[in-house]
Amino acid sequence: MTWFRREKQRLRASESSQILTEGLWIKCDGCRQIIWKKDLEPSWNVCGKCNHHFRLDARTRLRLLLDDEQYTEHDAGLESTDPLNFVDLKPYRERLESAQQATEMHDAVITAEGKMGGRPAMVCAMEYSFIGGSMGCVVGEKITRAIERSIAGRVPLVIVSASGGARMMEGTISLIQMAKISAALARLDEARVPFISVLTDPTTGGVTASFAMLGDLNIAEPGALIGFAGPRVIEQTIRQKLPAGFQRSEFLLEHGMLDAVVPRSELKSFLIRSLGFLSS
Amino acid sequence: MLDAEKARHELEAIELKIEELASGPADGATDAQIKQLREQIRGLQADFAGFTSAWKRVQLARHPQRPHTLDYVKHLFQEFTEIHGDRAFGEDPALVAGFARFHDEWVMVLGHQKGRDTTQKLHRNFGMPKPEGYRKALRAMRLAAKFRRPIISFVDTPGAYPGIGSEERGQAEAIAKNLMEMARLPVPIVVTITGEGGSGGALAIAVGDRILMLENAVYSVISPEGCASITWRDGQKAELAAEALKITAPDLIQLGIVDQMVPEPPGGAHTSHEEMARILGPMLHSALNEARRLPIAELLEARYQKFRRMGQFFREAAG
Repeated sequence: MTWFRREKQRLRASESSQILTEGLWIKCDGCRQIIWKKDLEPSWNVCGKCNHHFRLDARTRLRLLLDDEQYTEHDAGLESTDPLNFVDLKPYRERLESAQQATEMHDAVITAEGKMGGRPAMVCAMEYSFIGGSMGCVVGEKITRAIERSIAGRVPLVIVSASGGARMMEGTISLIQMAKISAALARLDEARVPFISVLTDPTTGGVTASFAMLGDLNIAEPGALIGFAGPRVIEQTIRQKLPAGFQRSEFLLEHGMLDAVVPRSELKSFLIRSLGFLSS
Repeated sequence: MLDAEKARHELEAIELKIEELASGPADGATDAQIKQLREQIRGLQADFAGFTSAWKRVQLARHPQRPHTLDYVKHLFQEFTEIHGDRAFGEDPALVAGFARFHDEWVMVLGHQKGRDTTQKLHRNFGMPKPEGYRKALRAMRLAAKFRRPIISFVDTPGAYPGIGSEERGQAEAIAKNLMEMARLPVPIVVTITGEGGSGGALAIAVGDRILMLENAVYSVISPEGCASITWRDGQKAELAAEALKITAPDLIQLGIVDQMVPEPPGGAHTSHEEMARILGPMLHSALNEARRLPIAELLEARYQKFRRMGQFFREAAG
């Protein structure tokens, strides 16, 4: 005879009483505080405690910038045909498909038309979560078409960059997109239609080395990583640790590469004011 | 190997015929004839794809004895007069520029310059320009445009230099500005990829009306080693990456990025600089003459459309 007897059934927590908190909290990269994600929404993903700017997806970016959060999207269905038939550890086609499913976009940029401060504006917003916001032939073509539309309709252009650069899986074709877009921007320049480039975290490689640096005004969000070569490549080349703050917006401002560093809360009003000056 | 040589000779013979035609007066019949010969060349060039592997070409493109810009200058141009400096920060020996005579005509020549021995290599920074190099190139090109002189550009760089100073002085902005301005410079521009066409650092002087590429040159968005370490997480897989990236002349002609392939002497350009220059010379001349046949407005429109059409590899997805 034992003093204690095991219950027939083990005690079990009812599943319905579990609260799923996975993905609802986020740790701020700036102040290391844990933030309830919903709290970030009214501030468009800016930490209320330390003003750290989290990345903003392309659709939210368009809602932030365009009046009444309204816009018409152009060339939404354009997708790459994988010109090189590129396969590394995984076929590029599969990478494309999973990015498409995850983002509900066909490639890494949305080109849209709407109003900004009551005036028509063409806004291209890049999506970093789509293969690192990389630029292949679809991004190249969509942005070029947006520029050509801007010229035809004399509509001011804003491009919000967030990209690791050219898309390796499309090889030299993606490199050439830099020249193609820049050639279209030369025409926009000649037509005297304004173009403001907004650089956000991160903007590097072939995107910085083409349209992102070719605005009538080049502005950036605070703390964004902006550069030609990635920090790791530079560290490997010079075999030194890079100084703190290197290749951040404030560093570029200090070196004369940006017109202004503009917090997200003031971005739209800054753009409206600038377009007021630039539109003749 | 014999087949490769036969194809090379055929290609050269046709090029010589084009050069002859292109230096004559512009008329419809000649233009049609040139166009037909170009078609013939397209077919021949495709044959070159099988001769040598991409990785072998990468090695040939990097061969220390391969002719560099100043070697072509020596063999193809007269009275070369180098000009220096970007008028803002400094002088960059990794990219040379100067005016010279080419077939009795003044042209602006520019190109990346690598070194051959260690001292030279360090002096030339291995052919990797900093922002001042690209700004010097743009200054030289604008000078050429002002006096209506054509531009001949030679591309051979592992890439633009990735360093702290480069970033501080705006490497990205310097490259971007060149891309935009080269698209609209009102003079003919002929580009030849002679060795390594390393990404943005190469493209920054490679926008033009005619893009030639040497048989064993490569032109890529990233080095095969870089690509391998990112995608395969193994730098040793560079050989695979070289193949996958489609960076050779026959590949890039197929993809519509390069216009013409320039055959190299058997074994590669490093075996004989004279021979290489002898093959390239007439092709440069005919490319220049063809570009010059167009009035400036038409030339610029053609240049725009040329790049506008590159990379039409997309479809409209349903829904």
